[in-house]
Parts: sequence; structure tokens; C-alpha cells
Amino acid sequence: MSTMNTPRTSTDSSTGRSARNGSTGRSDSADGTDSAASGAGAKPKRPARPAESGSRRHRSPLASFGLHGGLLLAAFIAVFPPLWLLATSFKPNSDAFTLDPVRNFTFDNYSHVIADTHFLDWFGNSLLVVLGTTVIGVLISSTTGYALSRFRFPGMRPLMWTLLITQMFPMAVLIVPLYNLMAQFGLLNQPVGLIVTYLTIAVPFCAWMMKGFFDTIPVSIDESGRVDGLSPFGTFWRLIMPLAKPGLAVTGFYTFVTAWAEVAYATAFMTGEENLTLAGGLQTFVNQYSADWGSMTAAAVIIAVPAGIVFGFAQRYLVSGMTAGAVKS
Amino acid sequence: MQSAAETDEADERSGGPPPAGKGGGRAPGPLRRRLSRHWYAWMMIAPVALVIAVIVGYPLARGLFLSFTDANEANVERTIGVNTIEATYEFVGLDNYAAILGDSMFWGRLGWTVLWTVACVSLTFTIGLTLANMLNRKVRGRAAYRIALILPWGIPAFVSVFAWRLLFNERNGLFNAVLDGGGVEGIAWLGDPTWAKVSVIAVNVWIGVPFMLVATLGALQSIPGELYEAAEMDGAGPWQRFVNITMPGIRAVSSTVILLSTIWTFNMFPVIYLLTRGGPGDSSEILVTYAFRLAFLESPRDFATSAAWGVIILLLLSAFAVVYRRVLRKQGEVW
Repeated sequence: MSTMNTPRTSTDSSTGRSARNGSTGRSDSADGTDSAASGAGAKPKRPARPAESGSRRHRSPLASFGLHGGLLLAAFIAVFPPLWLLATSFKPNSDAFTLDPVRNFTFDNYSHVIADTHFLDWFGNSLLVVLGTTVIGVLISSTTGYALSRFRFPGMRPLMWTLLITQMFPMAVLIVPLYNLMAQFGLLNQPVGLIVTYLTIAVPFCAWMMKGFFDTIPVSIDESGRVDGLSPFGTFWRLIMPLAKPGLAVTGFYTFVTAWAEVAYATAFMTGEENLTLAGGLQTFVNQYSADWGSMTAAAVIIAVPAGIVFGFAQRYLVSGMTAGAVKS
Repeated sequence: MQSAAETDEADERSGGPPPAGKGGGRAPGPLRRRLSRHWYAWMMIAPVALVIAVIVGYPLARGLFLSFTDANEANVERTIGVNTIEATYEFVGLDNYAAILGDSMFWGRLGWTVLWTVACVSLTFTIGLTLANMLNRKVRGRAAYRIALILPWGIPAFVSVFAWRLLFNERNGLFNAVLDGGGVEGIAWLGDPTWAKVSVIAVNVWIGVPFMLVATLGALQSIPGELYEAAEMDGAGPWQRFVNITMPGIRAVSSTVILLSTIWTFNMFPVIYLLTRGGPGDSSEILVTYAFRLAFLESPRDFATSAAWGVIILLLLSAFAVVYRRVLRKQGEVW
């Protein structure tokens, strides 16, 4: 079932293959034999090309109908709410709840949102927070992931446990003390405060995923770097980081999506119209006092598009990274 | 090979001191030797260790501390203009916990939170696995189906929630218009305690299915097709193949995603907060949103009780993770 390859080709194939069918991470984990201890030097196994489990040549018309019917229904349910949101955003506000398809097509909602509200401020705030979180998060989680993947050092196990357990922390247990802490340092309503907070959410997970990615890069590359006289940092920075680009992209995407969509901290820490991030800002359109559905939908569409694009690129790697990291613990 | 040497070393040093190089307490000789040997590893983890210590460790300790006090908005240290008002809250021991555990409100919230978590996780997993099975066949338009089915994951949850609010809207929403058209009286989707619960679960399942779908689909694809062929030749029916090949084949992945998804759902804030604000009343309020409400929406803000709720949530989740892991291990899972 699984064949051993030379380390180099298995790396290439594992990153390349996941681009095509998104199954690499799980094919390791389904084997379930790679433990962390052997992870660093182990040659990743490469399962035989996954076969279609249900490749029946003859499927009765009824079964075929059922299959397509089920999938169509599910796809419809999945696509409809966002599609409805999109359609509504092109309707004049007075038509927001009409059931017809868009009759009086208009961009008014969009121009209103961009020109007359703080939407651009929110967008800027969110962008600043998200980019800050992503850059810092990816950098520090990749050094940690590398250390966890390559070195055995005192404190390694506690650190791995901490990373695992931290993912479990409910926001509820941290939010009050963090709020007080931020208030003390005057970081409420500051993007920096949110960046620091989001690092707590993103970094444990990302470090964990990066460890999984570094595990797939053969140790012999490190060794050759060391033989050529590079320091451990040099090896990491010049040799390994370029090879880990797909992994970096995934952690980057993950951080981006997480920070872009976070609600609780953003709601609690950012107040005042112009300080809000998108998650807070969107709430202001529709609340107990006002219901500006037109603007809300237009804003929602503008928010969802970048996230959707980023996600579209990342989703295949995302799951393999998650499950690989989690199962290999 | 290096890995073998490293393994030995890891075993030897398991249970070593915590990170950030607090290897003190031993003779300086070995310490210096370890420092020279491990300094680069420690340097590399230092930023993360620092981040975790400062913004997870400290708040956690502080939250624990606050939960033993009577801190609220009026008596914590605060700055008005140039004046700093000293904190005047007091240590009250376990009073907060006693008050919470003695309050039937807590048990009501807990019951609903458990129901919410179980319903959401089981529904998302079942639906996700079913769809993954359907997608794992040769079916025309598979790529298009896949993209459509994953779409809800790509949209920030807070945006989708507003899309659903548009549909659920009591007076003018699409759902009630459709019901009206069918001669059925409209439903107060978000205004009636029972329907509000159904609605939040439905939306959360809608958001959560794509993750389950992708995870289980990947697992399904890693099961070699020969197993199915062999089983089919031996006369195993579809159900037998599913139980004896598919289920064991996806166990490693499914146990992980179920654990993750349970934790995420238990802590799911945005769906409930944005869809119903925990309402009507507090009927759809789960533990996490209630803790948030205590600290940020109620007046005066009750930091101490909120912190105590947070600690209780953490304890519940830890207990769950430990039990879950033990059960898996008993079943022979190395995890």
C-alpha cells in the first residue's frame, strides 16, 4: 500500500499532490503510524494513488438520480444564503425584502456604504490588524515549528502540550483579564491590542501546523547545510524556509481568515465608530435601532470577497495541514 | 541516523523543565552545557513562549484570580482623566463559584450548551460524511459540487450569519414569505425560544459542514480501492463495506475532527451572539456568550462572575478532552 521514496521526492510529491487532491496530510494520518518521535527523520510514506471507492461502472438510474438529487439539494442549500445576500445588495433599499430577482439593479448600496459610512475606516482597521497578525504570526510560528520539528530540547514536551491546550481555551476565560490588561496599557481601540490578542488564537495552531510541514522536509537537507558551514539559523532561513513556502502560505491563510472573521474580541476591545473593525462595523447597520439591510448586504459582500478569494487558494492545504498536525501529535 | 539519536535524547529528557529556558536549579556546569547545546532551539521558540506567557499565561492566572474576587466595573483600577482610582475589589474565595453552581440558571445554560454542542457536532459530522461519500464516487460535475459545498466555509461566519438573518426575518424574510405562500402562518424564527434554538443550530451546521466534508473526503480518498473490490468479491454489501472498511479507514481523522469541532462548537461565539444575541430572553445563550454578556453587555459589568464562568468552561472542556482521549486510547488508538 505505501511505498518508501527517497526523502526529496516524497517532499515534492507531498506538497505537489495536495495541490491536486488535498489528501496528502490525511493519507499520512490515516496510516497513523508516524509518531512525533520518528517524525523528524522519517521518510513520509506515500500511499498508493487513492482509488475511487465507489467506481461502479453500472449505477442504476434510480441511484444516479438519488446521488445527483442529494448533491444538488446540498449544493443549493450551501450556495443560496450567500447568493441571496449578493442579490439583495443590488436591490434598492426599499426592495430589500422583495422576493423577485433583482429588478431595479443598482450600485447605490455600495456607493452609500463606501461614501457615507465609516466602512473604509473599518476596512483599513481590519486590514492593518489582519496583516500585522499574519506577518508576525507566521514568522514566530514557523521558527517554533522548526525547533519542534528538528531539535530535541528540554522543555519541548511541555511546549507541545501548551500549544495543544491553548487551542482549547475559551475566549470567555481570557477576555476579561485581557480587556483589563489592554485598558491598563491604553491599548483599547488600538489595532496593536487586537494584533497581540489574535496572536494567541493563531500562533498555537500555526506552530503546530508548521511542525507538520517541516516534518515532511528531509533532515538531510539541514545536514548538508550544516556541513557547508551554515549556522542553525542560516540553515533554517536560507534552506528550509524557501522549501516550506506552501506551509507558510497555509499558515498565513489560516491566520488571515481567523483574524478577518473574529468577532468577540473585536466587539469588546474596539468601540467608537471609526475604531471598529469589519466584524464590529457590520453589526452597526442592523441592530435594535436601525435596519439598513441594503448597506449591510453591500458591506457584507465587500467583506466576503477578499476572504473568499484567500480561502479559495488555501482550503486544500488547510485541512491537510490541520489534520496532519493534529494526528501526528 | 539523527532521528534515532534524537529519539533517545527525547526520552531521556522527557518531563524536562518548562520552556523559556528555566532550566535553573541544577549545577551550573550541566546548565551551561545544555545552554550551549540548546540555545538555538530556545531562541527559536522564545517568541512564541513569550507570547503565550504574556497573553495567555498571565490573563489565565489573572482570570483565575479575578474569579475569586468581587471585581466589577465599579471597583477595578481605572483611570479618569489624570487620576487613577485604586482597585477596591476584595477576595471572596469560592463565593462566585458557589453562587453560580447554586443557580438553576447555570444548569439551564449548561444543559442547552451541551444539547447545542451534541446536536451541532453530530449533525455536521453525519451530513459531512454523507456528502463526502457521495462526492467520493465518480459523479459528473464533481468539481462544481465540491466548490459549491465548500463555499460556506470561505465566507466569514459573521457575514453568513447576517445573510441568514435576512432569510429568517420575521416580517419580511424569505422563509416566512414562502410559508405564507403555502398558506402556513409565518414563524418567529428568532423570536420564539424553541425556533431560535433550531435556527442557531441550523446556521451553525450550515457553517460547519464544509470542514467536516473536506476532512472526511480526504480520509475517504486515502482508503485504497482494492479493499472495497476485495470486500465486494467476498460478497459484502454496501452497508458492510461502509462499517468494516470506511469507518475504520477514517477513524484517525474523524476522531480528531470531532474533538476539534466539539471544542469549537462549545466555544462558538459569533453565531449565537450575532443571530439572536442570546435571545429571546436568554433562551439561546450558551455558556460562552453568557460570560461575554456578564462582562461586557450587562451593567454594571461583572468581571468576577464572568471570569468564574470562563474558568468553569475551561474545566468542563479539559475534562471532556481527557475523557475523550482515554476512551480513544482504550479502543487502541494511539493519539
